[in-house]
Amino acid sequence: MVASEVRALLAGREGRPDQLIEALQDMQAHFRYLPEEGLRMAAETLGVPPIEVYRVASFYKAFSLTPRGRHQLTVCMGTACHVRGALRMVDVAQAELGIAAGETTQDGAFTLERVNCLGCCALGPVVVLDGEYHGHMNPAKLRTLIAETRAADANGGAPHAQD
Amino acid sequence: MPRISSPQALDALRAELRAAVGTAAPTTITLCAGTGCQASRSLPVQAALRAELERAKLAGQVEIRTTGCHGFCEQGPLMIIEPGNLFYCRITPRDAAEIVERTILGGEVVERLLYTDPVSGRKVMREAEIPFYASQERVLLGQNRALDPTRIEDYIAQGGYQALAKALAEMTPQQVLGAVRAAGLRGRGGGGFPTATKWQTTRDAEGEPKILICNADEGDPGAYMNRSLLEGNPHAIIEGMLIGAHAIGASRGFVYVRTEYPLAVEHVRAAIAQAREWGLLGENILGSGLSFDLTVARGAGAFVAGESTALMAALEGEVSEPRPKDVHTAEKGYLDLPTTLNNVETWACVPWIIREGAEGFRRLGTAASPGTKIFALTGQVKNTGLVEVPLGTPLREIVYDIGGGAANGRAIKAVQIGGPSGGCVPESLFDLPVDFDSLREAGAMMGSGGMVVMDEGSCMVDVARYFLEFLRDESCGKCVPCRLGVARMLEIVTDVAEGRGTLAQLELLEELGETVSEASLCGLGKTAANPALTTLRYFRDEYLAHVVEKRCPAGVCRSLVHYTITPEACTGCGVCLRACPQAAITGERRRPHFIDQTLCVRCGICREVCRFNAVAVA
Repeated sequence: MVASEVRALLAGREGRPDQLIEALQDMQAHFRYLPEEGLRMAAETLGVPPIEVYRVASFYKAFSLTPRGRHQLTVCMGTACHVRGALRMVDVAQAELGIAAGETTQDGAFTLERVNCLGCCALGPVVVLDGEYHGHMNPAKLRTLIAETRAADANGGAPHAQD
Repeated sequence: MPRISSPQALDALRAELRAAVGTAAPTTITLCAGTGCQASRSLPVQAALRAELERAKLAGQVEIRTTGCHGFCEQGPLMIIEPGNLFYCRITPRDAAEIVERTILGGEVVERLLYTDPVSGRKVMREAEIPFYASQERVLLGQNRALDPTRIEDYIAQGGYQALAKALAEMTPQQVLGAVRAAGLRGRGGGGFPTATKWQTTRDAEGEPKILICNADEGDPGAYMNRSLLEGNPHAIIEGMLIGAHAIGASRGFVYVRTEYPLAVEHVRAAIAQAREWGLLGENILGSGLSFDLTVARGAGAFVAGESTALMAALEGEVSEPRPKDVHTAEKGYLDLPTTLNNVETWACVPWIIREGAEGFRRLGTAASPGTKIFALTGQVKNTGLVEVPLGTPLREIVYDIGGGAANGRAIKAVQIGGPSGGCVPESLFDLPVDFDSLREAGAMMGSGGMVVMDEGSCMVDVARYFLEFLRDESCGKCVPCRLGVARMLEIVTDVAEGRGTLAQLELLEELGETVSEASLCGLGKTAANPALTTLRYFRDEYLAHVVEKRCPAGVCRSLVHYTITPEACTGCGVCLRACPQAAITGERRRPHFIDQTLCVRCGICREVCRFNAVAVA
């Protein structure tokens, strides 16, 4: 299963070490993390030693070596968001989800992340849920957002999050 | 679409496109769909508008133009209705029916959707009259609102690729280089290095093919001008690079974009595909013999990748660690090939210089820093957004005339310029002209152009801690001064913020900062101490308050503050009780509430949600 999907993602990149990061990006987008099997196949196909693949995979922030949740909640920690109370958003999200930033809830529903800047500084504080930006955030709005996402999941799941 | 084979064919096509503009819809609604406005739901607004126009049977008579960022993100979603330059802001899908009925059909103004100037309190009807825009010189950014970034036709109709045609047909590579040199263009990514010198070095260096890179790895937190340019006007960057390719003799190029900017990636990819299809990228461009093609590479989330040598390592598929610059990358860069790397905004200036000549470019800015610069004005200021001003504009003008001054009545005390490489400029220096050299003298740096305004509610020790934490996390770890020096600096500032700091530590902090600046390998390490050193230089009294009095004057540093509820002011509404993430607040309804200090983590949420100003911080 994983192998055939990875093969499709690596197609056209045979013997091209310079394509490693692009290939891992596609893999990350597809699986929401980098499965070990995928890393091994990337090493072989691109012609890069496995240790180098691991080095790159563990260096960049966009990559995760463990499965992520169905919903990705990202809190922007850019300077502009910081001076407008981004840390409070992290506090609220951590308390609501019962996990620390960087972790995934036990039921696999949410992964909570901090990101350095999303470039929507005029709208701070900003959080992103499954690729959708939410500006001018406050604790109450964030709690509602999380509750609504949970409710949608309970009613059969939000289609955009199941890709 | 057939390939455009010559400058004449391009002119003919432009004339055709312009003629079509005249005969199309008499009314144009320009709707911003940059990342900022999309976050404010501009796409549902667009859908609602289309539906309403359909219903009113106006679909053919009104054109909706979806554009990139206009810069006034705080007021988004933004809309401009032409003719008339009528400006509506903060529109919701529910407003669509009224806009169509009253404004489009009835010719009336919907008062409620007009912008209210926060300084004068007056409603403003036209975009051009809004103080935020009126004090700017939007040579680069202004193009965003005139075109749909996904349509090359729009760019060409606006005069796009005309500078390229001129450079290819009328100018030798040396003449192009001469024009860029005479214009005095300096790198917009922060360094301020003369662009023509870099170009000349790559041109003269041995090795083929020569490579061009557009650095769109805008990693500075608090900066997003590159995102807006790439999202809103990608062809301008492509055109700038093509002119550079002609001048330098390059045949391959890369646009390296952060993966955190998905819309920019999408738009630049689409633009490259269109340019290729129309014959503006590829072989024998406009019949000139120039061959050049571009590839998009996505950054994978590393601040250090914005450094030129680290970026090239990433392009080669490796970990983005900087390399020593014994030989400059302009001579031996990507795969040891001669490589010119410029920032997005630098490339965007190139068509301007060719179009209007060096004098046209020098019309704005100062003698040593000509042209304009885009800044991301954010933080505690009334008008936040992207601001384009001539270099040399005093900081005070940017913060007060364009930004409208303090956001919430608290006095402004500093502007953090240039992100993790920059520094905090205190209010007393606000008459400083913003150019490459004056900022460096003040210990800050233009960086790529982030400007975060801070007021009395911001603690400068906390700001230093914020940047040091950022830099410790982002240090690639290759060289010792940055890896260990920044970590030690963070430990000291953390001690200060948590009330354990000593006066001797402040001296050590300065000493460490100087060592990190001098001994680090790359530009990011060399500037990493700036945020801490400038706060210490200009706001020493705040450090002393933390160290000597164990007090945080701004009420930010969590270890040094307490939140209490003033019983006289508390109405017992229960809002704070429900908002507290730690369940540290107790109290009966309609009776004064109480914060349990043993449970309180001092996040300040209760204070933020209280409508009666009953939560005190000390």
